[in-house]
Amino acid sequence: MNVAGHYSYWVTIFLMVAGLYIVIARGNLVKKLIGLGIFQTSVYLLYIAPGKLIGGTAPVLADSFKIYSNPLPHVLILTAIVVGVATLALGLALVVRIREAYDSIEEDEILEKDRGEEDPR
Amino acid sequence: MIGAHLPALQVVVPLLAAPLMVLVRRGGFAWLLATAVSWVSLAIAITLALRVYESGTISYPIGNWPPPWGIEYRVDAVNAYVLVLIGLVASIVAPYARLSVAAEVPRDQHYLLYTMYSLCLAGLLGMAITGDAFNLFVFLEIASLSTYVLIALGRNRRALLAAYQYLVLGTIGATFYVVGVGLLYLTTGTLNLADMVVRLREVQEIRPVLAALAFVTVGMGLKLALFPLHFWLPNAYAFAPSAIAALLAATATKVAIYVLLRFYFTIFGPSLVFERLPMAEILIALSVAAVVIASLVAVFQRDLKRMFAYSSVAQIGYITLGMGLVNEPGLTGAVAHLFNHGLTKGALFLLLGGVALRLGGTNIDRVAGLARRMPLTSFGIVLAGLSLIGTPGSAGFISKWYLVVGAVERGNWWLAILIVASSLIAVAYVWRFVEMAYLRAPQAGAAERIEAPAAMLLPAWIMVAGCIYFGLDTSFSAGGARAAAEALLGGLR
Repeated sequence: MNVAGHYSYWVTIFLMVAGLYIVIARGNLVKKLIGLGIFQTSVYLLYIAPGKLIGGTAPVLADSFKIYSNPLPHVLILTAIVVGVATLALGLALVVRIREAYDSIEEDEILEKDRGEEDPR
Repeated sequence: MIGAHLPALQVVVPLLAAPLMVLVRRGGFAWLLATAVSWVSLAIAITLALRVYESGTISYPIGNWPPPWGIEYRVDAVNAYVLVLIGLVASIVAPYARLSVAAEVPRDQHYLLYTMYSLCLAGLLGMAITGDAFNLFVFLEIASLSTYVLIALGRNRRALLAAYQYLVLGTIGATFYVVGVGLLYLTTGTLNLADMVVRLREVQEIRPVLAALAFVTVGMGLKLALFPLHFWLPNAYAFAPSAIAALLAATATKVAIYVLLRFYFTIFGPSLVFERLPMAEILIALSVAAVVIASLVAVFQRDLKRMFAYSSVAQIGYITLGMGLVNEPGLTGAVAHLFNHGLTKGALFLLLGGVALRLGGTNIDRVAGLARRMPLTSFGIVLAGLSLIGTPGSAGFISKWYLVVGAVERGNWWLAILIVASSLIAVAYVWRFVEMAYLRAPQAGAAERIEAPAAMLLPAWIMVAGCIYFGLDTSFSAGGARAAAEALLGGLR
């Protein structure tokens, strides 16, 4: 197996697993969002890297250019970045509201404060 | 003229209504518009469905860019069915929402709630109608992000934490789905689902496709609350505003199931999913666990909303069980249960919204003697509960009947017995309500009649009537489901 030639995939996989690990292992709500951000970023790399050809240009119809990079993954990831930003913004807004309501952003402290309240409305 | 653009309008109408609501900033106007948009969506969905049943699949190129280059909206017997379900539920929940939301959400946030309601509707309809894998992801995120906001609008502070947890898990699910789509794009070079079907058959190196299958399964499994990926669901349903809980319980997970059906049967194809991989066995094992464990957990819940939320996890188990049977009656049962369970759970959560309004909560202790105080609401919950159990004459019976037939046809007698036996657990948790509401006396000093307002009772009872009606006349629910099952299974031949 060509390990070195696939280095962009190794970076992708490392970021993906590291991000997921942070989401699972950390109890701090902001740190969880950071992990989520890293996890999402790994996907950007998964899409972008295969679209790149060494020496390739943008797809311009001219005789002097022969090798083109695929622009579609870039466009897709532009959309995915917007989605990522919106998710992060909403997540942080929720954390602000949680801090106002609970005076804490540590998951175990918050769960402790709600213990015994079994009556949702 | 406009008839040709109905597939686009299906999504565009609710999508455009949302910014209009933000600009006008008035709760009453936003509610009217949300109701109108829901009804228009239902009308479009029914028109599209009739057209599909009459003359076959509709393909609509967005912006006149021909597929596979442009985004294609594609309506066939499967998603026409899902579109009608979404439109129907939204049309019933929207009129109900006014009083329920007025009681549960601060006044200055009303217009924002209806904005998110419209966006969520646009996202769900878009997920169902689109024929493009990446476009599906975008709509999935539109629906999810608006859902997180809607849940966070719940009155209890725990709604915030429920929304946060759903945000984290939902984003992981959506990202897994994009990874899967990315791998498919790398192997096939296309994002158009119909085109992908053709090109996947020519792929020699199968490993990335199997990885894509795994990613899509886990991603959508999170969104549809496939056991054991359901941890976000009970809190999200229990703490969201009542009208929103009804909308989500009836539609959100169902659309995710549709996406999984589409990927398994149309795109990857049953020969890859169920013959090369033991996905049927995995699905059946997880479904059986969902049906038994989640039902048992539901029996021991102290709160009615949480109880029926856990019951949702169990009922989703029946749907994935039908998927795992991989034969026509099993799939018909799965698709019909999408619809029937959507109606049943929608009705239950609408009625529980009335209980929450009058009693200030849905804890099981509060509903003592409820039958004397809210007779129509209590009777509605019992009828919908019967449909949940699968009593003959109710909608739930029809889909479970097909599931049993499917299990027998597959030669799994023990599965057929299990489907019937697990319904007895549903009897146990519905009986807990019946016992409290009908056999206990109301608490001292709380004997007066406090029936829910007619504007909430009527939409809820329309859904309850639907649970009975679709148990007797199955021409749409089971007939449409059979057409969908044939379309799904036809993909492999």
